[in-house]
Amino acid sequence: MKRIITITVLNRPGVLNRITNLFTKRNYNIESISVGLTELEGVSRMTCVVHVENDGMVEQITKQLNKQIDVLKVADISDQAIVARELALVKVPVLPQNRAEIYSLIEPFRASVIDVSKDSIIIQLTGETEKIEAFIELIKPYGIRELARTGTTAFPRGNQRTSQQKTYSFV
Amino acid sequence: MEAALKETKAVTKEISGADLLVRALEKENVEVIFGYPGGAVLPIYDKLYDSKILHVLPRHEQGGIHAAEGYARISGKPGVVIATSGPGATNIITGIADAMMDSLPLVIFTGQVATGVIGTDAFQEADILGITTPITKYNYQVREIKDIPRIIKEAFYIATSGRPGPVVIDFPKDLAAGFLQEPELADPEMRLPGYQPTTEPNYLQVRKLSEAVSKAKKPVILAGAGILHAKASALLKEYAEKQNIPVVHTLLGLGGFPAGHELFLGMAGMHGCYTANMALYHCDLLINIGARFDDRLTGNLQHFAPKATVAHIDIDPAEIGKNVATQIPVVGDAREALKQLQKLDGKPPQQQEWLETLGAWKNDYPFYYEENDVLKPQKVMELLYEKTAGEAIVVTDVGQHQMWAAQYYPFKTADRWVTSGGLGTMGFGLPASIGAQLADPEATVIAVLGDGGFQMSTQELAVIAEFQLPIKIAIFNNKALGMVRQWQEFFYQERYSHSKNPVQPSFVKLADAYGIKGYEIHSEAEAHTILNEVLHDNEPVLLDFRIDGAENVYPMIAPGKGIHEMVGVRK
Repeated sequence: MKRIITITVLNRPGVLNRITNLFTKRNYNIESISVGLTELEGVSRMTCVVHVENDGMVEQITKQLNKQIDVLKVADISDQAIVARELALVKVPVLPQNRAEIYSLIEPFRASVIDVSKDSIIIQLTGETEKIEAFIELIKPYGIRELARTGTTAFPRGNQRTSQQKTYSFV
Repeated sequence: MEAALKETKAVTKEISGADLLVRALEKENVEVIFGYPGGAVLPIYDKLYDSKILHVLPRHEQGGIHAAEGYARISGKPGVVIATSGPGATNIITGIADAMMDSLPLVIFTGQVATGVIGTDAFQEADILGITTPITKYNYQVREIKDIPRIIKEAFYIATSGRPGPVVIDFPKDLAAGFLQEPELADPEMRLPGYQPTTEPNYLQVRKLSEAVSKAKKPVILAGAGILHAKASALLKEYAEKQNIPVVHTLLGLGGFPAGHELFLGMAGMHGCYTANMALYHCDLLINIGARFDDRLTGNLQHFAPKATVAHIDIDPAEIGKNVATQIPVVGDAREALKQLQKLDGKPPQQQEWLETLGAWKNDYPFYYEENDVLKPQKVMELLYEKTAGEAIVVTDVGQHQMWAAQYYPFKTADRWVTSGGLGTMGFGLPASIGAQLADPEATVIAVLGDGGFQMSTQELAVIAEFQLPIKIAIFNNKALGMVRQWQEFFYQERYSHSKNPVQPSFVKLADAYGIKGYEIHSEAEAHTILNEVLHDNEPVLLDFRIDGAENVYPMIAPGKGIHEMVGVRK
């Protein structure tokens, strides 16, 4: 099953290495990891999407991450009401005869064309992973020249439907 | 007026990075450094020349770090290591991994090439931060001279607090040699907002445990090295006696509970005793205090404590539930948890029948070996025990002799046992005994080694000779890698692939070359005489015990088998 884990870390040299190393060392499977600065100076936020076999495994991941000296906070937000977004850039070849067809796919996905050249365009798309994947499936028959995805970044919503948040702390 | 001027001058005096380092070590009350100089640490060594801290020069960096581990295990203080950049630093990797596995506090300084050339594959450059990340509790690379006092203070705090472990500080040469214009000699403030180890356990969880104890009919305590790190031996004894709960030890926990005590069942695990393993198998309440359910202890997890409610007290929350599903998790220091349990004063369990069963097993299934006319390793251990009144510090290497030492040297008190448990590092024993002796100069230290492991760190005899450390080196010489040979005999159809040492030097002559007395011992009678003669001498000695090469360690739980499926339990 897929879990989304957010990690707040001190932005120190080697911290990303420490986190990714931990995933390798403990044999965890990461689907994506995205990192960026936060509203606090010197603090970064990582969003990891991991595949695990059971709850025990995600509990272990959370605890191992929490143990890292540079880690301030770890949360498995998969069971919360969250907003999760990913950005994808897709370069697609276009011919005069299918240009209109491709543009008609772009619109319902609220994607945008951010670069146009003689024989290709670059499409920018944001949304949840499922949406990105659906779009990629649709555009595939036209040929994808290049594809880049940022991986998911996510937040719990301001209002939670229920208090389903899983916590693994015993203290 | 003149005095005031002088003072101002003193304040603005320049101070080098290396100076800051040595001062910080002095401030941490470091007594001994295990270090090996080299290009990148020359500025540091220049400052050490004037320092009062004892410096021990191993003959290989790996020996240095194992010595620091032995020192840390016996003294309870962090072991301090210095190695130069590149090969110096990579030579201590095994020791770092070993300390990480066995939770030993070490503060390690590695030299690094100058900041300007980091990343250019400079002479003796290695990415030590990258290499040590997975095997350290934390690591630093110094980037600015002014950070040095803070980093060192943090490193000592991290290494010794919570679950102890090794911390590496990578020190570029130019920062050690460079000067700080305005020294901040005041007590630096630590900046570790993400590090708050929980020592005080949650009261509700402890109460839950106390209630479970009252209801139990077959309780058992599994005590690991957490007891030793928390200095909780006395509390453990008090609690076990009050509640009348039997105690089993892990390999690393030995000594935490007095071995002769009627509630002590022995060591559990792959080569543990029948009673301890069967107690873990049949118990209905398993109270793990400071052990990590290592696979060599549990055997096949499906058969481990199948009927038990599992309670686990550990300072590291990540250990709880890692291998064994745990119903009562207690995160905290073993000493604090035991104190709280004592205070709760719960009703003792109804375990009379259980204690009788265990007592009968203990009586019926002790460790055994068959004697013949060849010198038996178990007999040697028994003699060592007898002639040191069970009060020596025993340091081992890894293999058969390690298990015999664990089985036949029942420790009466804590912190007398040094062994490489988690990583199982051959070559550990001899240098670790150096650290142990330095930590406790009055104690009789016995280094119990195999002939294989001894040859992995023979060069450290030079340190023993140099400091005239009165270590008793007992080599259990079967001219083979005994444990490998044993497994090949059991599981690989006696195909002894590269496990026998056809060529061996004379260990006695080798000792002699270092100015250390040595004896070859072939029989029990010889062992008696020579041990009587040398054990209480205040000088080093090497004893080459020519033991039965066909001897195996029993009992044994074969890999993949359950804890109740021991072989070789009884004659």
